[in-house]
Amino acid sequence: MSRTRTRTLAKLIGTSAVAGAVLLSLSGCGKADMTKQGSPFAAAKGSKSVTLSVQTWVGAQSNVAVAKYLLEHQLGYHVDTVQVDEIPAWDALSQGRVDAILEDWGHPDQEQRYVKDKKTITAAGGNGVTGHIGWYVPKYWADKHPEVTNWKNLNKVAQQLRTSESGNKGQLMDGSPSYVTNDKALVKNLNLNYEVVFAGSEAAQITQIQQFAKQKKPFLTYWYEPQWLFNQVPMVEVKLPKYTDACAAKGTKDPTSIDCAYPTTPLQKFFNTEFAKHGGSAAAFLKKFSWTKDDQNEVSESIASSGLSADEAAKRWVDKHPDVWKKWLPKK
Amino acid sequence: MSTATPVSPRGTLGVDTPKGPAQILANRRGLAKLLLLAVVAAVVVPLLSAKYGAAWPHALTVDVSGPLDKTSSWIIDNRDSHWLFVYFLGHLSNAVVLSVRGVYLLLLALGWTGVTAGVTLLAWRVAGWRIALTALLSFVVSGLLGMWVPTMQTLALMVVAVVVSVAVGALLGLAAGLSDRLFRILRPVLDTMQVLPAFAYLLPVVLVFGIGVPAALLATVIYAAPPMARLTALGLRGADAGVLEASASLGATGRQRLLTARLPLARKELLLGVNQTIMMALSMAVIASVIGAAGLGDRVYQALASVDVGAALAAAIPIVLLAIVMDRTTAAAGEKIGADTSAAGPAFLRGWRAWTGVAVVTAALALLGRLSGSLVWPTGWAVDIAHPVNDFKEWMVNHLYSGVPVVGGTADWAAHFTNWVLNPLRDGLTALPWYGTLLLVAALAWLIGTWRTALTAVLAMAAIGVLGVWKPSMNTLSQVLAALVVTLVLGFAIGILAAGSKRLEAILRPVLDVMQTMPQFVYLIPVVALFAVGRAPAAAAAVVYALPAVIRITTQGLRQVDPAAMESARSLGATRWQILRQVQLPLARPALLLAVNQGVVLVLAVVIIGGLVGGGALGYDVVTGLATGDLGLGLVAGVAIVCLGLMLDRVTQPTERRTTGKGA
Repeated sequence: MSRTRTRTLAKLIGTSAVAGAVLLSLSGCGKADMTKQGSPFAAAKGSKSVTLSVQTWVGAQSNVAVAKYLLEHQLGYHVDTVQVDEIPAWDALSQGRVDAILEDWGHPDQEQRYVKDKKTITAAGGNGVTGHIGWYVPKYWADKHPEVTNWKNLNKVAQQLRTSESGNKGQLMDGSPSYVTNDKALVKNLNLNYEVVFAGSEAAQITQIQQFAKQKKPFLTYWYEPQWLFNQVPMVEVKLPKYTDACAAKGTKDPTSIDCAYPTTPLQKFFNTEFAKHGGSAAAFLKKFSWTKDDQNEVSESIASSGLSADEAAKRWVDKHPDVWKKWLPKK
Repeated sequence: MSTATPVSPRGTLGVDTPKGPAQILANRRGLAKLLLLAVVAAVVVPLLSAKYGAAWPHALTVDVSGPLDKTSSWIIDNRDSHWLFVYFLGHLSNAVVLSVRGVYLLLLALGWTGVTAGVTLLAWRVAGWRIALTALLSFVVSGLLGMWVPTMQTLALMVVAVVVSVAVGALLGLAAGLSDRLFRILRPVLDTMQVLPAFAYLLPVVLVFGIGVPAALLATVIYAAPPMARLTALGLRGADAGVLEASASLGATGRQRLLTARLPLARKELLLGVNQTIMMALSMAVIASVIGAAGLGDRVYQALASVDVGAALAAAIPIVLLAIVMDRTTAAAGEKIGADTSAAGPAFLRGWRAWTGVAVVTAALALLGRLSGSLVWPTGWAVDIAHPVNDFKEWMVNHLYSGVPVVGGTADWAAHFTNWVLNPLRDGLTALPWYGTLLLVAALAWLIGTWRTALTAVLAMAAIGVLGVWKPSMNTLSQVLAALVVTLVLGFAIGILAAGSKRLEAILRPVLDVMQTMPQFVYLIPVVALFAVGRAPAAAAAVVYALPAVIRITTQGLRQVDPAAMESARSLGATRWQILRQVQLPLARPALLLAVNQGVVLVLAVVIIGGLVGGGALGYDVVTGLATGDLGLGLVAGVAIVCLGLMLDRVTQPTERRTTGKGA
């Protein structure tokens, strides 16, 4: 009995080994570099195809929407999009799962690793928009109390900004964990009587800001420009200690020691190196892709508050501004 | 879903049991355990508090972030050159891409007419016309919502994931069913995997495979295979010894016995396993959109970025419908096979003509669709639900958020809940000295289980301390406990009502189905809009997710109470309330305990989703780890959640192990 059982088991293992071998041989013999494998859903219609990374914020969605629309309607490409967080997107870009990132807010570590060391990613210039991170208060509050737009006065109004999450301190709301933030260090180093409350996602943060604005309540939030929400909820930046190179250098050494404002970042595009070299007219087009903050906001606004689909929003903008995008098309 | 654990109260005691000798003994045993613990505590606590103090001692922590970060860098640097990746994992990933692509292209080639007809006819053959109608409806709806292509992507992913999960699970289960030693080794592993929250699987696979479909599919398989393995092993082991003996005496070899007696006898468990695997695979396929799984989950996730509940719902409805169709179809197949084979057999098994018919009709319709020119759903036939849904959400939020007369708005409730429940609980748990917490856990686990469960629970808690995340873990624990209490109060109340009224149960059923299969991402925005950012919306999301299972188990448990016991109580003149309190609830105790246990596991599964709406603590750390590729932070927090899950599972575990999955 036990012998037959062992035999059955052995056979079972044998069979599964064979099945595994078949599975492997399915994918061909020899090397299989998974960093070179694309998405199974890509280019299902058998055309030229490009895969773009969409980050979670709407500004980035606008870049991709317009690029996608033009690539599809003017250059005859099929465009796939993948939504991932910023740092995993770098990884995907280096593997070629994504061909291009159209808006990056500065990731020196990743740049060092992939662009300088491994050379799997190539820098492709700016997208024309300048990004800025800061602390913001709603305009209706700042108009009544102009003093709140300076960090030195924040402690005086801390009591007005209390919530049940921040306890007896004021609440400084932060958003998605993937965004660059020094807020904890800033609160500590500037001796502010505030608690950083992480909303955990941009969706949650925006919903909360809209909710506060509806009730005309005061709030203090980490936010960034360009962002479509400014059109709905006008906000004013709070002045933090001036950003200097010395302070930034200190911050790179020890992130907990930062005590000055966030820098202003020209947003960058990055391509997978293979794509940059052999991407044909799509690569040439994306390389030239560059617009202004207003252009981007126009598209973002129609996606996020008018409720248009990304494709419709892109179409609307493209119809209105041929002078901008005609320059991006490669010369025939 | 309909697979929610069948609970049978063990033994039907008399109506008014006075304290039987067994019970007194049990009480004494509990007392003895407590006494023993108290003695241990009296010796150990002064020593520990003198040496280490009340906060978890720094000397007892191990910093694992350094080695983890190094591993992560090594993998990134060697991913395109090391043999492990190039010759093994690369092929694995390539096979996944090829097979998903194959299925996807097949689905696209069939066109919308072919796919709809094929699935509908399949559901009709397997499960009858009612479910076939649901299937037809759900494909039409996903087309109307403009979600045809994402639905096909999810379907392709699901088909491959389910086939692989079932194959892997069945192999493991077969091995464990045949070999006692393997069973002993595998059982605790599978038990533990049932408690793990889905998100915990994502980080390691992303690291190895990078974002994209291969990682998503493998995470799905790891998540969905265990129930298949468990149920296969259980089914094989539960085979009637008499039948096996008879077949052995007829001279059957080991293999013949396996194929002709043991496997057929285990059919019911096998199909239940397939059902559970499908449900879990579907829920994971949605969560895996965070790591680039594409399909419907990705649409939900993208809609979140523009805070668009309507668009998220449009992608979520096909998911819910798919889940209901798949669940009902496999459940019906299970019932059919489990039923009298001779009666159901001919129509079902010998119906090759019917199957050929199905194939022919599908092919014909696929061809027709192709000739009519459109392979994907015609865009003209789409209905926009995003706007009305968003308007409704706006209206709800505007009117409920605050300032509602008498009861106050939802934001006020949330603030009260945070101030009066969450804050004291968190502060209390954080202030409790660590050895006190460990002792408390030991006492609870030992009282309800054996010394083994107590040991597991204490070790799990200690592991949290050693990893250096004691404080955030206590924060998370407080949120889990608070959400659990709300879930149980609501769940028991609704469950009792539903057990008393067939009509209410019938009304509840589709509601609970939807709550259980709705991707959690969808209710992220409404909970924030109603309860403001923080721990309160996190708790609300957890309650929504865990409530259905608790209601179902409670209702079933109460329904299965011996009617004779209730009848005799009624004849003695007991009121309805008295019957409920003194007969039904005590007799349904095992079911209620199971409901508590399932509640814990499910609430914990939402901790990470809670991190997305301001829950902070461990959930936020895992989200951060995923978003920033910080393996040290994310993995440690993930392991801590797992440890909390193990501890809570052991502390609430009724002596008899549950046999089905997470109630998904």
